[in-house]
Amino acid sequence: MTQLPSTPPQKKLGLVIDLDICVGCHACAVNCKEWNTGGHSAPLTDLDPYGAKPKGVWFNRIHTFEAHNEETGESRTVHFPKSCLHCDDAPCVTVCPTGASYKREEDGIVLVNGDICIGCKLCSWACPYGAREYDEDEGVMKKCTLCIDRIYNEALPEENRVPACVSTCPAGARHFGDLGDPQSDVSLLVEARGGVALMPEQGTRPVNRYLPPRQKTGKDVAPRMLEHQDDSNEGAGLLARWVDKILS
Amino acid sequence: MVANPFETVKEKVDLSVDPSDEVKTTTCYMCACRCGVKVHLKNGKVRYLEGNPDHPVNKGVLCAKGSAGIMNQNSPAKLKKPLLRTGERGSGEFREIEWDEALALAAEWLGDTRRKDPHKLAFFTGRDQSQSFTGWWAKQYGTRNFAAHGGFCSVNMAAGGLYTLGGAFWEFGEPDWDLTRYFMMFGVAEDHDSNPIKAGIGKMKSRAGTKFVSINPCRTGYSAVADEWVGVRPGTDGLFVFALIHELLRAEKIDFASLARYSNAPWLVIQDPGAADDGLFARGEDGQPLVYDLESKSLVSFSTPDFKPAFAGERTLPDGRKAVPSFELLARRYLSDAYSPDAVAEQTGVSADAIRRIAAELAEAAFESEVVLDVPWTDAWGRKHDKMIGRPVSFHAMRGISAHSNGFHTCRAIHILQALLGSVDTPGGWRNKAPFPRPAPPGPKPAGHAADGGLPLGGMPLGTPFGPEDLIVDDAGEPVRIDKAYSWEHPLSAHGLMHMVLHNAWAGDPEPVDVLFMYMANMAWNSSMNTAGTLKYLTDKDENGEYRIPKIIYSDAFYSETVAYADLILPDTTYLERWDCISLLDRPISSAHGPADAIRHPVVQPDRDVRPFQDVLLDLGARLGMEGFVKDDGSAAYPGGYPDYITNHVRGPGIGPLAGWRGKDGDQHGRGDPNPDQLDRYIEHGAFWHHDLAPEQQYYKHANQSYLDYSHGMGWIGAAAPITFQLYSETLQKFRLAAMGHGAHVPPERHRERVKEYFDPLPIWYAPFEDEVDGVDEYPLHALTQRPMHMYHSWGSQNAWLRQITAANRLFMHVDTARELGIEDNDWVRVSSRTGYVKGQVKLVRGVNPQTVWTWNAIGKRKGSWGLSKDAPESNRGFLLNHLIDELVPRGAEKARYSNSDPVTGQAAWFDLRVKVEKCAPEEAGLTDPLYPDIAPMPEAPERLDVLRYGKDLTGTPTAGTAEAEDWIAHRHELAQTIEGMRDGQYGRAGKGDKA
Amino acid sequence: MLIWLAVFAGLGWLPAGQLFGFIAFAIAFILVAGGLLSSTFHLGHPERAWRAMSQWKTSWLSREGLIAVLTFIPTGLFAAGWVFLGRNDGALLMLGAAGALMSLMTVYCTAMIYASLKAIPAWSNVWTPPAYLVLSLATGAVLVTFISAVFGLDTVQPMIVTALIALAAALAIKLAYWSARSGAAPVSTSASATGMDRFGKVTLIEAPHSESNYLMEEMGFRIARKHASKLRAYAIGLGFLLPLALLAAVGWTQLPMPEIWLGVAVLSCAFGIIAERWLFFAEARHVVTLYYGETSA
Ligand SMILES: Nc1nc2c(c(=O)[nH]1)N[C@H]1C(S)=C(S)[C@@H](COP(=O)(O)OP(=O)(O)OC[C@H]3O[C@@H](n4cnc5c(=O)[nH]c(N)nc54)[C@H](O)[C@@H]3O)O[C@H]1N2
Ligand SMILES: Nc1nc2c(c(=O)[nH]1)N[C@H]1C(S)=C(S)[C@@H](COP(=O)(O)OP(=O)(O)OC[C@H]3O[C@@H](n4cnc5c(=O)[nH]c(N)nc54)[C@H](O)[C@@H]3O)O[C@H]1N2
Ligand code: SF4
Ligand code: SF4
Ligand code: SF4
Ligand code: SF4
Ligand code: SF4
Ligand SMILES: [Mo]
Repeated sequence: MTQLPSTPPQKKLGLVIDLDICVGCHACAVNCKEWNTGGHSAPLTDLDPYGAKPKGVWFNRIHTFEAHNEETGESRTVHFPKSCLHCDDAPCVTVCPTGASYKREEDGIVLVNGDICIGCKLCSWACPYGAREYDEDEGVMKKCTLCIDRIYNEALPEENRVPACVSTCPAGARHFGDLGDPQSDVSLLVEARGGVALMPEQGTRPVNRYLPPRQKTGKDVAPRMLEHQDDSNEGAGLLARWVDKILS
Repeated sequence: MVANPFETVKEKVDLSVDPSDEVKTTTCYMCACRCGVKVHLKNGKVRYLEGNPDHPVNKGVLCAKGSAGIMNQNSPAKLKKPLLRTGERGSGEFREIEWDEALALAAEWLGDTRRKDPHKLAFFTGRDQSQSFTGWWAKQYGTRNFAAHGGFCSVNMAAGGLYTLGGAFWEFGEPDWDLTRYFMMFGVAEDHDSNPIKAGIGKMKSRAGTKFVSINPCRTGYSAVADEWVGVRPGTDGLFVFALIHELLRAEKIDFASLARYSNAPWLVIQDPGAADDGLFARGEDGQPLVYDLESKSLVSFSTPDFKPAFAGERTLPDGRKAVPSFELLARRYLSDAYSPDAVAEQTGVSADAIRRIAAELAEAAFESEVVLDVPWTDAWGRKHDKMIGRPVSFHAMRGISAHSNGFHTCRAIHILQALLGSVDTPGGWRNKAPFPRPAPPGPKPAGHAADGGLPLGGMPLGTPFGPEDLIVDDAGEPVRIDKAYSWEHPLSAHGLMHMVLHNAWAGDPEPVDVLFMYMANMAWNSSMNTAGTLKYLTDKDENGEYRIPKIIYSDAFYSETVAYADLILPDTTYLERWDCISLLDRPISSAHGPADAIRHPVVQPDRDVRPFQDVLLDLGARLGMEGFVKDDGSAAYPGGYPDYITNHVRGPGIGPLAGWRGKDGDQHGRGDPNPDQLDRYIEHGAFWHHDLAPEQQYYKHANQSYLDYSHGMGWIGAAAPITFQLYSETLQKFRLAAMGHGAHVPPERHRERVKEYFDPLPIWYAPFEDEVDGVDEYPLHALTQRPMHMYHSWGSQNAWLRQITAANRLFMHVDTARELGIEDNDWVRVSSRTGYVKGQVKLVRGVNPQTVWTWNAIGKRKGSWGLSKDAPESNRGFLLNHLIDELVPRGAEKARYSNSDPVTGQAAWFDLRVKVEKCAPEEAGLTDPLYPDIAPMPEAPERLDVLRYGKDLTGTPTAGTAEAEDWIAHRHELAQTIEGMRDGQYGRAGKGDKA
Repeated sequence: MLIWLAVFAGLGWLPAGQLFGFIAFAIAFILVAGGLLSSTFHLGHPERAWRAMSQWKTSWLSREGLIAVLTFIPTGLFAAGWVFLGRNDGALLMLGAAGALMSLMTVYCTAMIYASLKAIPAWSNVWTPPAYLVLSLATGAVLVTFISAVFGLDTVQPMIVTALIALAAALAIKLAYWSARSGAAPVSTSASATGMDRFGKVTLIEAPHSESNYLMEEMGFRIARKHASKLRAYAIGLGFLLPLALLAAVGWTQLPMPEIWLGVAVLSCAFGIIAERWLFFAEARHVVTLYYGETSA
């Protein structure tokens, strides 16, 4: 139902993404598409797949940003994967006129019921994060399911009962768990790394967290500099010293 | 229908759908990393591809390409039937023919040529993963004109390492990801070890107290997550590394103990200018190099277990001549003020302070944070050590270093720096992967001298020369191979020069070929330099209207640009449809932990009339009656095709393509008789074999007796003797002496200066050749390409998913550089070099060296190819830099035109390119240029899809029950050490979430 | 319009003439129904449109649909009485009044659909509901006045006054809205969208796809500055100033053929409002654009 759960779910399953490690390889995006095109919201339709305007349904997309600090002149490149954040206060849910867009009480996962969605697209206007994916071919809205058909799936070996994007990430930049439990490993990780929520000002209270890039070492950290044992021209002094010095 | 409009319908979600009817394990080939993949099949179609968690390479992860394998299998560009050219070359006009006709025709062409002169066949196999088989085919056929893609790929890195450490960066080694503290990456965007590198970086960055430095003009991918990015100017890394060595020498931060034992640093070098052996090592009666022992104050053989060698000082040899330790020569060179940080700062674009700091950080990591493992081991001199002491500094370098005309020496310099820090194959350092290390150089030598006639060839066409006598030249010292490999123009071309074949075959230089046989290389487009010229070479005709390259046979799996330029097309299967063998005899998938090899086996049925290329080669071999391919009665030696060959072929005593489960009962590994059930064993074990080395064999492999015995037993090295690092290369000095006129094999006069200059036994730096071409100032910028992590060269563009990510490429440029040129973001620009020009659209960024522009590699496509529509972005806005790169460069006083390659190895110098960038006139914007005529669509091509609904029919039936959701923390073990309260995957919940 | 029909009727300004009733309501219902249908056909699944009423507890879209449909009942009866019985007083008038109220509520719901979209600062602000209400009243008034004029009613004069007031009010609100927007600080930035505020200015250098996607096409629309101000001029001129002038002229000068002039007023008003509507959507920047190249929204 599109009324949000009266009491926000205790269990908040979500993703934690480490921007300090993400190399922007798109593996999570493609593996997500691969799993889900035959999954709960199948298919993830592609339009004009071999033509001029290839355009498909993706639940996860990788953006690349540059951050530039005018004062220090320092800049950095950051790869930024983004999928549904499974917000506690999900506007995509409350605006939905049909109840197709809903948030599960059990675990806070936000889903779309494709059987009753009328394709009015209002939820995609309501989502600040661009996490709603309209399937123009089927005329219904689709989105990241947090791989609900994997994480509880007894047909899969235990170690695979995690979102596809998480288990495939070559860099290990993606983590999955219960962010509702402050003692869960994901929560500890977020705590330790100062994980952030996206656009808090939008009041959506996202569940997913992003671990910001670490402060780059280098420049500012000066280790003990090397002492030259000899500064004679072309190191002649050193060579002379070595002639009868046991160095090994 | 009766429905209550006010009712809220609750969705019933199937939480436990079984994704597959059947799961098969095989090896991915969406790139050369060769990860283990689990193929979920449903309704006979591929439902899902996922990483195999047990596989030594990828440990369960799968990259973007691998995940898109479904769309490779689903590609409309898949070739369907053998094709015979009907129109002009390049038109794309073909007619489908039956395999019988195709094979008969191929056998006829190849047979005639073989009877006439087998060397008139040029057989070149690009992205080949069965080189030990294709090379053997060439050998048995009797042509010396064979190579795979290594020459235009990264032979500088391979040769640089093999001639120095007997192992190399590239895929022959890897950092000790679990223990390394300081990791430096030179010129890597992605590399072959795609997944292991990503996992390794993630792992090391998750540990406290580590640092990752990336030296790269472009800040993308790995460089973006590096703790420090050094935006070096292209082609100048050599200077940067020399300056680091300079600093370390001045501070005496050198692992002398390691050098004394494991390197030729103490070996005495004869100082006798003018003599035929000047600069060679002084050797005793036993032929062993001599060192000066400071304790006994005498010359001793390097083979004596214990000595305290001098690292400097002139000594007198028994014959009265003078000699100095090679280390002194090395030290003299790099202590020179010319290589001080201040001296190189401007050219490299790296500040002297940064260089000094990095040198200090290296020394600190290497000498003040030793890693000690309580693992006793015995060295090659029988001395027992109760610990393994490691210097946790590791390097990795790839094409950013090798793809320059000065790459060989820079590659050597980086390997040498690794050795000077004493971190070669030590805990936390850089580690060899089996079958490496091998002696430096490893051998065998290349076969196919003008002299050695007869069939088959005396040995494998490719190898590693030890000296001038090993070159493949005629009596006048002139090239005889079609690619001029192993000639005086680039003597150590261990992988050949595939990038010169089309030009030389067209020019009939050194001599024309009758048949050009190519496999898996898109030479008519993204793997050739000078695209326009290349297309001319392929289509040019002689005075009597015959093509100057008479016959071209090509095997591809897809409708690539090159297909259109061949006369006879032998369509291959996809990697999910065939048998393959990733062999230790070839480019294995071993890790530092131990050897591994793997297979592919058919997991889906081909839906077209195509055949595995390896089967085709076996068939042709039999039709031609080639030795080894037929039994004495003339019948096929491997009637069962490639799987038959993989199982039963014997290369050496007890050695075959696969090392696992050999012997009648399949209980032997490495050596053993063929085992008829071997392939079944592989399939049962996830399509790979892997052996974990014992703890005492894991490190110091170059001097670890237990490991050396094992390596010898496996047939990887000729003798279980220690492998000595060749910091000073006697091999190079031999060529230099020849250039000075010494010995029986001397270069033709016109090459002498060149050989003398570039065969310096110690690494040198010189400006990339393009920087010295007249008028280069007109082209102020360096232009580079990088591999997109989600595309494999040309073949990602046929992939419905991957092409959505990048269907058109931009030219990335620094905002400040653009401002100076009056270029704004998203402008269309004209990029020109002395060779040609292309048009493309810019994207302005800050993360790039200001003197450098770059773009993603191989995105641009020829109209009509790859099953794409003619208005596809790839062929209207996508562009290649290959149009701008000349395959020849004027060199030397008389400006002779040499291959645009490294003068030592013949490595293609892709990244020497210099360009200028100008804003397009408004009316020129929007469309790339040059545009070549369209290629006609493939015969019987499937009609183009408007909507792709893959998976709609693959959603399966629910099964009962649902499990508790499990959490997942990547690098759990590393994170657990730094985060209070986090559970460590290694204990209790073993391995959970920890992929390594 | 339905509103005014009821109100004016209540004020006894409108004759219970059957023809008048028929014409007036015909126009009114055609407009309303047309609106509802067209939005239904924009759905991915029009045949499921009926489901859209189930979430009235939370969704303004749901509420709008629901009330819009319900409104047909009273207004329908009111119209029927008027047209067939030729009466618009008593109980019927009550129904009319109810209908009028519900019409207002419908408009309010529509407004709230937009006002509740935080992701689009240009819509989610205090100005949206009043603007919608007053605009609808103004346009309705002008239309009724015109029809009345066509029927040569003598009560046109007060209607003109009403229309003038409504139009003026609408204009005032619109102008206030525009000035408020031009001054408004961005709600979100590419830095807050990526959580990288601390690292300085954040700019996109590579989008997830080199070509377009649904989000970029649906919400990425950008309108050029000068283009926008031109449209504003039209909106103000045609939508408000000209109609105001014409109404005034008709009201206080003895123009011949007032119905013609009022007709012109209706047309110009229509065009102006179309321009205004278009702007309302075109100028709205969705925060998702922050992930596709914009730096603030
Ligand atoms: N400008 C520039 N040019 C470059 C480079 C660069 O960095 N910059 N890199 C160079 C390097 S290192 C390399 S290795 C080359 C790579 O360039 P190529 O060796 O040309 O590699 P691909 O583009 O992958 O093309 C390989 C061909 O193999 C075909 N193929 C794919 N799968 C199969 C199969 O299963 N069977 C058969 N028979 N064929 C198959 C593909 O359709 C394609 O036509 O590019 C080189 N070119
Ligand atoms: N996804 C994907 N993976 C691949 C491939 C692919 O096509 N796609 N191709 C495979 C093949 S055939 C190969 S050979 C490997 C190659 O793997 P890489 O070695 O990563 O090859 P490139 O992508 O050419 O990256 C070269 C890098 O060197 C940098 N560079 C260029 N010039 C210089 C220089 O002078 N100094 C320094 N320090 N850096 C420089 C460039 O900016 C770029 O980042 O990748 C393999 N893996
Ligand atoms: S797979 Fe991992 S590293 Fe690659 S883009 Fe996704 S999060 Fe980043
Ligand atoms: S991210 Fe968007 S789609 Fe996902 S819950 Fe939040 S608002 Fe809804
Ligand atoms: S598109 Fe579907 S899910 Fe989204 S709001 Fe409309 S009905 Fe609900
Ligand atoms: S959780 Fe599943 S659906 Fe969501 S982005 Fe990851 S893979 Fe895609
Ligand atoms: S790196 Fe990717 S494409 Fe290459 S083999 Fe592994 S999974 Fe396949
Ligand atoms: Mo390569």
